[in-house]
Amino acid sequence: MQISDKNNIELLRTMKRIRTFDETCQKLFVAGRIPGALHCYTGEEAIATGVCKVLEPSDYILSTHRGHGHLIAKGGEFKYMLAELFGKSTGYCKGMGGSMHLASVKHGILGANGIVGGGICIAAGVGFSIKYQGTDQVVVCFFGDGGISTGFFHEGLNLASIHNAPVVFVCENNLYSISMTSKRATGLDKLSTRAVSYNMPGETVDGNDILAVYESAYNAIERARAGKGPTLLEYITYRWRGHHAGEAGDGLFYREKKELESWKTKDPIRRYQALLLKEGKITEEKIEKMEMDIQQEMDDAIEFANNSPYPKAESIIELSMLKKE
Amino acid sequence: MREITVREALRESLRYNLAHNDKVFLAGEDVSVVGGGMGVSKGLIDEFGEKRIVDTPISENAIVGLGIGAALTGLRPVVEIMYIDFVTCCADMILNQMAKIHFIFGGQVKVPMVLKTVSGTSGGNAAQHSNNFYPMFLNTPGLVVMAPSTPYDSKGMFNMAIEDDNPVIFIEHKRIYNIKGHVPEDHYTVPIGVADVKKEGQDITIVATQALVYDALSVAEDMEEEGISIEVIDPRTLNPLDKATIFESVKKTGRLIIADESCLNCGFASEVASSVAEEMFDYLDAPVVRIGSPDTSAPYSHPLELEYIPGKEEIREAIKKVKKI
Ligand SMILES: Cc1ncc(C[n+]2csc(CCOP(=O)(O)OP(=O)(O)O)c2C)c(N)n1
Ligand SMILES: [Mg+2]
Repeated sequence: MQISDKNNIELLRTMKRIRTFDETCQKLFVAGRIPGALHCYTGEEAIATGVCKVLEPSDYILSTHRGHGHLIAKGGEFKYMLAELFGKSTGYCKGMGGSMHLASVKHGILGANGIVGGGICIAAGVGFSIKYQGTDQVVVCFFGDGGISTGFFHEGLNLASIHNAPVVFVCENNLYSISMTSKRATGLDKLSTRAVSYNMPGETVDGNDILAVYESAYNAIERARAGKGPTLLEYITYRWRGHHAGEAGDGLFYREKKELESWKTKDPIRRYQALLLKEGKITEEKIEKMEMDIQQEMDDAIEFANNSPYPKAESIIELSMLKKE
Repeated sequence: MREITVREALRESLRYNLAHNDKVFLAGEDVSVVGGGMGVSKGLIDEFGEKRIVDTPISENAIVGLGIGAALTGLRPVVEIMYIDFVTCCADMILNQMAKIHFIFGGQVKVPMVLKTVSGTSGGNAAQHSNNFYPMFLNTPGLVVMAPSTPYDSKGMFNMAIEDDNPVIFIEHKRIYNIKGHVPEDHYTVPIGVADVKKEGQDITIVATQALVYDALSVAEDMEEEGISIEVIDPRTLNPLDKATIFESVKKTGRLIIADESCLNCGFASEVASSVAEEMFDYLDAPVVRIGSPDTSAPYSHPLELEYIPGKEEIREAIKKVKKI
């Protein structure tokens, strides 16, 4: 698949932005700056980046508890995201949601979800709505290998299928839901085989290969846009950090260090960067400049979040029920 | 003046809204040719077709998810959960998603949907089809909860439910669908959070909901002959609750009975009783009496079921109690 030079570089930049954001958040969490639960996307960046690159600004996504990468890839800005994680009134959700409820409706980001699988049936509803209104939008629904075992998965895929709705279901199989392996939880080698039950195509793809992600997402998204219905994509990947930022020792009490190390050699960012360098599409200098710019963006976001006020106590009442306009 | 049943009044509201707003659609199990669980939407399929009257699989999560996804993206869905007993199957979709999205997104988006369902014990439906589960919705901030009794209120409140931008739980009641009453042919709405004094009186206040409104009115009429003047208040909206109207009445009568079919333990009656105890203590001349379903599951056996359902007998007993002092 042909990707323009400009897009090649954007893919790399987006992956690096996600990595920087979440690695910084991991540190901020450990330093006690971020309350609650924070789930880092480190190691999985190619999926959000490749999938969202195919999407138009008017398309929708539904995200998960491990959602920062999805937000960034769909247009979310560091400073409003971080302000939200700090619980500040300038955050995307005015400090009411935090990491697990990050949403930016103007970017088509219909929310992370604190409930595993919680977005799947809503995505089916969004797909129904797009069809009902006759636009050519598409909705992508991200969920984990853990999410695939919820009842939502069955009900949501079935509903999307019978309505031939423009939904692309993206299962990010990082091999674990907390400590439970996807193989133990499902008995399956390929989770995408479940697509058969819903009369839709299913495909399992290397989720650490950004070009493979892009191409498979492109095909599924264009298929949905053309009115040919939903697809189930499974991307195989691995999370480098613990299940959440507070989990001791990157989860090495239920997984082998050898396994983690071997997955680190399959780093989607280094892999892609090496390819671009080899093909002469980018230079070391440009990469260095890119990294400096991203660090600046991160530093600015920290300053913005630090300097932002906390929400006023009344805002919880104001938001608890809509007033008549 | 024209008289129609509660069922016809609800259908008339659905028909009006479907005809006047193409963003409105109805989805649920067997809602087309059968007209849904209680026949409310019967016939509408002939007028509006499959696009607007959507039969769904038995997928309560997907039904509510369909509503949420559609509401988030510009439509005004009405979804039906066949019996309130089945909301447990989609409790997360209602309590964690539908109710909370506006809040956790910091007000970025509204969820203007109506979830209609039916409550009440009747006809030997036994314990899994006789629940009055709505107190769980009253304990979940973010939901408007409506529970009309008369045909007039049914139509006006259903119109209001669709018009309002909050997520609304609309509780119908099995035993009152065929009750007839005066209903204007023109379009009108009944405001949210406004109780209706169904009968004025001086000596005792009865706050009654749904089927118990009729029982309270009937007993009140009998009591007139004994020289006891009873005021019957139908809150109509259970959340937000029109406490002012109830408090005003208690100020006048000093005696309060609450008759609602949810179970007594933490039921709707308990909420009204505790509000009055907190804020109107000085005006009370007798302890508040609650009437509700006993704290057991609904029995199947016909004579036991009749015994189980609270009604006129319980109201008469309660009147004796509050009059004693
Ligand atoms: C319905 C529900 N059950 C349990 C949890 C607790 N929980 C949060 S994340 C998680 C694991 C999810 O695994 P997966 O879907 O594979 O996503 P991953 O964390 O691997 O990205 C669990 C069990 C939850 N949030 N929601
Ligand atoms: Mg996982």
